[in-house]
Amino acid sequence: MLRISKLPIAIFFAIIICFPWIAKHIPAIGHYPDLMVFAGIYCLITIGLSLLMGYAGQISLCQAAFYGIGAYASGILTVRYGMNPWLCMLIGMGISALVALLVGAPSLKLKGHYLAMATLAFGIIVFIIFNEEVELTGGPDGMRGIPGLSLFGFQFDSVNKYYYLVWAFVFAAFIFTINIIQSRTGRALRAIHSSETAASAMGVNISRFKIIVFIYGAVLASLAGSLYAHYLNFINPSTFDLFVSIKLLIMIALGGMHQIWGAIIGAFLITFLSYEWLHFFGEFEIIVYGGILLLVTIFLPDGLAGIPGIIKGWFRN
Amino acid sequence: MEKITFATQLLQYLITGLTIGSIYAMVALGFIIIYNVTEIINFAQGEFVVLGGLVMVVFHVSAGLPLVIAFPATVVLVMLVGILLDRLAIRPIRKPSVLTLIIATIAASILMKGVAMVIWGKDPFDLQAFSGRDPISFFGAIIQPQYLWVIGFLILITISLSIFFNSTIIGKAMRACADNPDAASLVGIDTKKMILLSFALSAAIGAIAGIIVTPISLMEYDRGVSLAIKGFGAAILGGLGSFPGAILGGLIMGTIESFGAGLISSAYKDAFALIVLLAVLFFKPSGLLGSVEISKMKRF
Amino acid sequence: MKKHMFIFLGALIAFSFILPYTTFAADSYKVGALFAVTGRASFLGDPEKKTAVMVAELINKAGGINGKKLELIIYDTEGDATKTMLFFKKLVNQDKVCAVIGPSLSGTSLAIVDEAKKLKTPLVSCAASYKIVYDAKTKKQRKWVFKTPQTDTMAVEAIYSYLKKRGINKIAIMSVTSGYGKSGHGELVRLAPKYGMDIIADEKYGPKDQDMTVQLTKIKGNPPQAIVNWSIGPTQVVVLRNWKALGMTSIPFYQSHGFGSRKNIKLAAGAAEGVLSPLGGCVVATALPASTQKDVTMKYNKDYQAKYNEPISTFGGHAWDALYLVANALKAAGCDKEGIRNELEKTQNFVGQHGVFNFSPDNHIGLTWQDAFYMTVVKGDDFTLAD
Repeated sequence: MLRISKLPIAIFFAIIICFPWIAKHIPAIGHYPDLMVFAGIYCLITIGLSLLMGYAGQISLCQAAFYGIGAYASGILTVRYGMNPWLCMLIGMGISALVALLVGAPSLKLKGHYLAMATLAFGIIVFIIFNEEVELTGGPDGMRGIPGLSLFGFQFDSVNKYYYLVWAFVFAAFIFTINIIQSRTGRALRAIHSSETAASAMGVNISRFKIIVFIYGAVLASLAGSLYAHYLNFINPSTFDLFVSIKLLIMIALGGMHQIWGAIIGAFLITFLSYEWLHFFGEFEIIVYGGILLLVTIFLPDGLAGIPGIIKGWFRN
Repeated sequence: MEKITFATQLLQYLITGLTIGSIYAMVALGFIIIYNVTEIINFAQGEFVVLGGLVMVVFHVSAGLPLVIAFPATVVLVMLVGILLDRLAIRPIRKPSVLTLIIATIAASILMKGVAMVIWGKDPFDLQAFSGRDPISFFGAIIQPQYLWVIGFLILITISLSIFFNSTIIGKAMRACADNPDAASLVGIDTKKMILLSFALSAAIGAIAGIIVTPISLMEYDRGVSLAIKGFGAAILGGLGSFPGAILGGLIMGTIESFGAGLISSAYKDAFALIVLLAVLFFKPSGLLGSVEISKMKRF
Repeated sequence: MKKHMFIFLGALIAFSFILPYTTFAADSYKVGALFAVTGRASFLGDPEKKTAVMVAELINKAGGINGKKLELIIYDTEGDATKTMLFFKKLVNQDKVCAVIGPSLSGTSLAIVDEAKKLKTPLVSCAASYKIVYDAKTKKQRKWVFKTPQTDTMAVEAIYSYLKKRGINKIAIMSVTSGYGKSGHGELVRLAPKYGMDIIADEKYGPKDQDMTVQLTKIKGNPPQAIVNWSIGPTQVVVLRNWKALGMTSIPFYQSHGFGSRKNIKLAAGAAEGVLSPLGGCVVATALPASTQKDVTMKYNKDYQAKYNEPISTFGGHAWDALYLVANALKAAGCDKEGIRNELEKTQNFVGQHGVFNFSPDNHIGLTWQDAFYMTVVKGDDFTLAD
């Protein structure tokens, strides 16, 4: 599980690079790159969450709050104070890291369901603040006019340009995260996951590692939030509410939380299911969504990323 | 209309807070019953409450059954849903880690919400208050008769549960499962049956909560999540696994919301309850009455 | 088990390829619709969708537009900004619609107003906020965006001027913390000085709260001359019951225009008696004096009741207005987006469900509060005109 082979990664990113060109030639999926931008944004969050949940074994129901902090930092600082978007992005990440440290330090001492509740409560409080501080955030009607991104005069003003920008970030985060997993830190995290007592006896500073991973996840979510804000040019609180945190959790579970690939697969699948494929079912959409989720949970306990393992098992038999 | 005094206002906040808190407490009890046997937090708990209210509307309002028949009929039907939830969503899971189980209950709650939407539509429904809507005056504060029903039922449920778990064989068997499932199955207790029973029992309590709160707050298909969060918060605040904790947690949550809204800011009342919850957890990670042992268990 | 999984996965993959290939009738005018049919704002999107479907059927039954069928493509935004944006782009780029009606919420409408400009597609929003059509930066109406509902500003003005007429100036306001309540709350506070209103209490509650006794008790401690409540969904009914239970009926209770559905009076179980609210024509159709307005609204009430077997709500009327406005523009300009936009802007004396629309380059709202609202009072199980 710690060794991650390079070939699938290369193939995957080759497909990502070619995809806009393919989509252009098939009218029925001509709008898919647009969806892929959002899938990529979700991937950034789930990669961090996967490290936290799958590898360090800590649950978080507040990733949407960090996603929101990033988005609102970018939104508020660019719209109200006219600051440089890239700088705002960094400030957002800094704020998220700080908040994650302040919340994480006491919270991560909590275990299991207590941690779930603490993160859930924090997420709801952040949402209430986004919703209530109308002067600053625009309240439920949201905040519009957030500028797009540009770099050295190059405007990321079309779907495809933004697509490559987002996926460049995903690629970087992905490689960086794989390096963490394969490093000493990764081994320490696995140790924490299987037994905190044993890990601690081996001299692993548990709380430090947990907080670092929590902050890492928060920073990635914040980055995702900034990218979202600059792409949609609009943000409102309900994009960052509890249901989004749950949706992120579902992505991880559906994709498979013990493998980094699970984060990517889950983000893809949920994005396409909820933004594209399921609206075919009209008002029954929510039932189909719940049904698919339940079936995967029952039949694929390791998520979709576990399928290759299952197939390998069949061949061996 | 005469002006009311500050003292009367405080009394009113307390009465309303305790009533709403009783509902939270009932949801929390539902969480605890399943948690104690299975260590699962059943996120579909709020859906039981919704179903309780909506099924009761069908039996009592649409079919015109009298209260004394419609009430138990609703509870039984929702219990069946609880049993189905265990049989169809929880038991078939092949590698039941706690997180997978949580996701399964989230999936089930999404599914149940969707089915409720298709069956009942999106509009809220009303039930008649059990003993009319003429308010009772109490030192200047107002008590809606339905408030008394809510608090009364919480007391009734508490007494029944304590009798059940302390004095009946099945109840004791369930407690044994909760303490040590392996040992319990060694002495011949059918753990699977106990899990099934826990789901049925907690569905029943959810249904009762739904039936009695609908005359106060109406009921519609998507109220489950907010109730589940409040109930989960109450269970955690009181300390997971502890019945008195769940009740205490629920009442405290309700009262904080009520006084927070009345005295400080109604916009941030939900935040107050959660901040208090976080503060308690940071200083006492096992909740108010929870055992330290449980809070230290790590099941992911 | 293995077999099942294969079938399941196969079906999943098949979906992704088959679904996008849905075919459309060739000879038709396509109009897109974005409504929050499910999710937290379904009280808006559900009647809007039902109304739009019904209107499209009526138009097609009457021979369509210029002999072409009107084809309505509806997407459910669930009140989600991201979905709204994706669906809007899809409507324009993939489905090639001539115009778009909706979205249902101010937030989701604001999310796509810039995109409407970029894609040069006329958008007739069904949401309240004036910001949807008014660009604060240029101080001009957004070229491509129109809207049909009365704004919150209008509703507040209707209530405040009525209060002023009655000599009331000390009020308490209550609002739900959702977008609907927040936006009304903002206008209530902003316009209070203009009408000499003194807001002595400002209470809030969540959209899923069980009880508002506490907020009302607080208000009772320092009684105002009137209470103005801004909410939607079950809370607007629960608050009335609490108001009655607390014996506060001597303080007149004003609801927002969102109260406009007879379902609410029924749900309040007697507690709505005497409650005042500014409502659009379609909700009070039976009480209107004989006029074109009365004919138009009565017909809508009758058609809707016959098709869906439930009373109309104020929100469905917004979709009726939006779709007929677009249909009229299509008739004059054909499927030419610039032409449709120009025709919409030229609309004069269009009698809709919520008043008479007169658009102009300086006015993409088209209504004035004086003729878009009737102050009503609940008597028995119906809304009647207040004096």
